[in-house]
Amino acid sequence: MAVVTVERKPLSFLERTYLPNIAAGLATTFKRMVQPVETLEYPEQRPAIPAGYRGVPTLVYDPNGREKCVSCQLCEFVCPPKAIRITPGEIAHDDANAHVEKRPEEFKIDMLRCIYCGLCQEVCPEEAIWLQNQYSMTGYTREEMVNDKKRLYELGGTLPDSHFKWDKKAAAEKAAHAGGHH
Amino acid sequence: MFDFYFELPLLLRLLLQGTVVILVLFPLAAACSMAERKISAWIQGRPGPNRTKPPLAGFLAPLGLVASIPVLGTLLQKLGIFQLAADGGKFTFKEDPVPGHVNKFYFILAPIASMIPALSTVAFVPFGAYFNAAGELVPVALAHVDVGLLAVFALGSLGVYSLILAGWASNSKYPFLGGVRASAQLISYELSMTLSVLPVFLWVNAPGGQGTLSLFEVVQSQSQPGFWGGTWYVMTMPVSAFIFLIALFAETNRQPFDMPESEADLVGGFHTEYGAFKWSLFFVAEYAHMIVGSGIFCLLFLGGWNPLPWVSLADTIHALANILPCVSTPLFMGLIAIGIFLGKVGFFIFFFMWVRWTLPRFRYDQVMTLGWKKLLPLSIANLIVYALGIAWLQTR
Repeated sequence: MAVVTVERKPLSFLERTYLPNIAAGLATTFKRMVQPVETLEYPEQRPAIPAGYRGVPTLVYDPNGREKCVSCQLCEFVCPPKAIRITPGEIAHDDANAHVEKRPEEFKIDMLRCIYCGLCQEVCPEEAIWLQNQYSMTGYTREEMVNDKKRLYELGGTLPDSHFKWDKKAAAEKAAHAGGHH
Repeated sequence: MFDFYFELPLLLRLLLQGTVVILVLFPLAAACSMAERKISAWIQGRPGPNRTKPPLAGFLAPLGLVASIPVLGTLLQKLGIFQLAADGGKFTFKEDPVPGHVNKFYFILAPIASMIPALSTVAFVPFGAYFNAAGELVPVALAHVDVGLLAVFALGSLGVYSLILAGWASNSKYPFLGGVRASAQLISYELSMTLSVLPVFLWVNAPGGQGTLSLFEVVQSQSQPGFWGGTWYVMTMPVSAFIFLIALFAETNRQPFDMPESEADLVGGFHTEYGAFKWSLFFVAEYAHMIVGSGIFCLLFLGGWNPLPWVSLADTIHALANILPCVSTPLFMGLIAIGIFLGKVGFFIFFFMWVRWTLPRFRYDQVMTLGWKKLLPLSIANLIVYALGIAWLQTR
């Protein structure tokens, strides 16, 4: 292989005075100064949230307005900082969603403990708990920082998916009863 | 009105003039701190302080009224003018702690000692000119004296004592190191600075004329008719101007020469133990030094209040007076001259801040090498070359 000897040039006189480089630096900073700013005026301007962002965990309804959580408590058990506390409850027999059997009576997420890891969302078999786009949680007291069920649904809203897993199950059971086979 | 003013006793008039100049210089120096913050912000790609808005109630109501003027108020708010007022209020009213381990008397003396030279050098700086009743150009200056520049150098170099005093009185290691650096640095650059202006005065004091160190005469010699009469000294003596500018950066403790402060290695240098009003006094003094230093640079090398090279103030006023006769009145003309002069000074203040965000801080030994091994020989060589050249030109 051919050996290429790279010539090491000594610094020229101008380079040793630094002056051309200082002038170039001044030009750079001046260009920077007349460009528009890089920052956001935060409370008025908000950053664009990328897809898959892990913000504040929330609970969601399905498109029919049924609360998706069936209070299986998997999220409560997986939660590393033990931020979630669920009180399971049964759905009354006369309820339209009686076939789902269970829903949370109370669902509390302590946002002072939450580490936004997203394990609750990952473990949820019902896709009922979602880490959504809200990144700023503030409050004046510790109590305010605990999101209860009402607040969690307010934050979460409705998830536009169309699995209707429980409705399909109920329909299948009904068909089995009527037809005698499955 | 003018007659009434000129009939006042001389002492009272001088007192009034001095008060007015200080009342302009002090807020100007404070405004420089806001300019510094804004320019830093712009260079770093952020908007800088732009939120503060005084309330419409309470004793700040007048400011609040200004802030509520539709366009102007928003503009002032965006420029951080009200933040400046808030800062001033904070520095004035916050608790001013004196650490237990300091030498109290000198600790309190140091910021005062920094203000005195900073505010008194301005007395010798002419910052404008006007035609008097006899049609002669008269400088607008507190003290139009023949020692001019010498007095500025003599008083300005006293500023270093405040830094040494602060460093020593703080009785702790970082301020002490800062004080030591300040003394070494300021003394070494003082030499080159003084040597660099000598060619200007060699040229101004032509043989046969009356000898002077007056800054007004330097500007006058740059406003003569003809090609060589109208050139600014920055064109004929670029090396002098360059050395003077570098030494000015070092003398005012600005980056890249802010050795005495040097927050990366000395915490805060000489002002580590200071806070609140005393701290702000150091900085008002630093900015006042910058303003006066830039003023001297403009007078020596950039033609003072002459708007452009080869276009003197007198020509401009004569030309303008044809259109608008009132500009040749002393008041108008003085204001125009002061405006032009302050514009040039303002550019230099901006330049100081611009350089601050361009160059990294030198290491201490680099500062010393640059001062003693590069600038000093260069300024001596410059002086010899110009002395020979001027001798040849003026005795021809």
